[in-house]
Amino acid sequence: MALFLRVFLAVIVLSSAACGGGNESKEAAPAPAAVAANPVDPATAGGLKGSIKLEGSPPATQTINRRSDPYCEQQGEAKTENFVVSDGGLQNVFVYVKDGLGDMKFPVPTTPVVLDQKGCTYAPRVFGIQAGQPLEILNSDDTLHNIHALPMNNREFNRGQAVKGLRQTHVFTTAEVMVPFKCDVHRWMNAWVGVLDHPFYAVSGQGGAFDIQKLPPGTYTIEAWHEKLGTQTQMVTVGPKETKEISFTFKL
Amino acid sequence: MLLHVYAALVAVSTAILIFAGGLVTSTGSGLSVPDWPTTYGWFMFTFPLDKMVGGIRFEHTHRLIASTVGFLILVLAVWLHLAEPRRWVRRLGYVALGAVITQGILGGITVLWYLPDPISIAHASLAQLVFCLTISIALTTSPGWKNAYSRRGPVPDDRILQAVATATTVLVYMQILVGATMRHTDAGLAIPDFPLAFGHLLPPTWDPKIAIHFAHRVGAVIVTLFALATTGHVFFHHRTRPELWRPSTLLLLLIALQITLGALTVLSQKHYIINSLHVVTGASVLATSLVLTLRSRRARFGSRVSGSREGTYATEQDPAYGYGPARGRA
Repeated sequence: MALFLRVFLAVIVLSSAACGGGNESKEAAPAPAAVAANPVDPATAGGLKGSIKLEGSPPATQTINRRSDPYCEQQGEAKTENFVVSDGGLQNVFVYVKDGLGDMKFPVPTTPVVLDQKGCTYAPRVFGIQAGQPLEILNSDDTLHNIHALPMNNREFNRGQAVKGLRQTHVFTTAEVMVPFKCDVHRWMNAWVGVLDHPFYAVSGQGGAFDIQKLPPGTYTIEAWHEKLGTQTQMVTVGPKETKEISFTFKL
Repeated sequence: MLLHVYAALVAVSTAILIFAGGLVTSTGSGLSVPDWPTTYGWFMFTFPLDKMVGGIRFEHTHRLIASTVGFLILVLAVWLHLAEPRRWVRRLGYVALGAVITQGILGGITVLWYLPDPISIAHASLAQLVFCLTISIALTTSPGWKNAYSRRGPVPDDRILQAVATATTVLVYMQILVGATMRHTDAGLAIPDFPLAFGHLLPPTWDPKIAIHFAHRVGAVIVTLFALATTGHVFFHHRTRPELWRPSTLLLLLIALQITLGALTVLSQKHYIINSLHVVTGASVLATSLVLTLRSRRARFGSRVSGSREGTYATEQDPAYGYGPARGRA
């Protein structure tokens, strides 16, 4: 009988170990990243401009069933965002310098990039960040979210955000394109971040346009990534003070 | 009798728990509650109902049912400890308690470690063993078992039936392990058509997911053949023994249902209800096969059992099978 009493007490102690409270404390802010001198000479820096085109008809957007959470349902109708097309251009394409920067080291911004959970969707859906730069994850919704990152080269994490207004900070340590995020509470919520060790990236916006500035002269491999259509690459040479025009065309 | 009813209740609640666990994986909700043993920082039983939204409904409900089943098994183990005269049945209770505690810890670890396949598969596989233990306790505390099913004469000691029934039970469990591996490696739709595989009898292309999926289909055929052999033997040789033909009939019905659910799981693109029913029906096939196996071996467990832990018990008790006096008692 004494054995059972001990087991029973152990179960009670285990189950009540972290009793009470829905507020999670914020993760401690990361230490400021070491500031490296910017190797880019502004006098010769150029840039890349262009657009992402889509050939073919994208699948029709569908209304997302969000009845599993009354709060989300009350936020209005939500549509699938796998293909966001405007003016013939494809949005939410991550364009970045994949290769060609050599051993150059770039200063890491200390200003956080904010990933907001608002209206039971992620904003932005696709974005970039530098390794070492703080990522601030915000819950603007009056419902629970979990933020679950599934990287291959960085550390996986899954955190609960039970309270509106809660902010948590995370720092990716290694360059990785792309790191998916998902919310396991609301399965329709997905986002992707491109983690780079340089600042030369952009996400296509209205009309599929993108703009990468302050790029040092050189020959680069440029990659465009889309969540459904995969990647495309191009070689491009940027001369001093030149803004090169390039475009990518994804086919359905 | 009350102990048997309670043990049966525990077995049913364990089946419900397996269904709830199936819902968690089928809806991809396993990580919707990132912390454990708390739920978003709340003590599990004080988590507000209005916050049970989205995937949390499945995961948190699974945790609540699991805690309840754990408590029920704890009570069952204590009850057996206090009242059960047979040492080996009391030990079943201890093992069930240890297994369900281990199961809870595995469930917690798999959440905290982001569902690693080996841990998740172990969690799914141990769930079936917990279910088998509760079924075994319910069976061995039943009046029929205690009376050695003697209303229709001495219980048969058919070695062939024992062998084939045991093989069937082992194969069903192995098939469940393959199914759990398929489930947790996301190979459930690796072969998208049924009954063919990419339009062929054998898949024209192979990768690990296709292989594990195809192994599950082959396993279903093997299990069915063994179940047919077992039930055929029962119907041919023991048709007057209801304790044998009843679970045999149920086994055939459940296997037919299980194959149908397996096909529908593929054809419905893994609809979460169908998928979860497939999981719990698999557990029911295992339980039924186990009951049939144990009953076929009843003659080897000695003759009738009576009495209680506190009192004296019948002279038919066979010490060789663990019916000896309780510790410290004459």
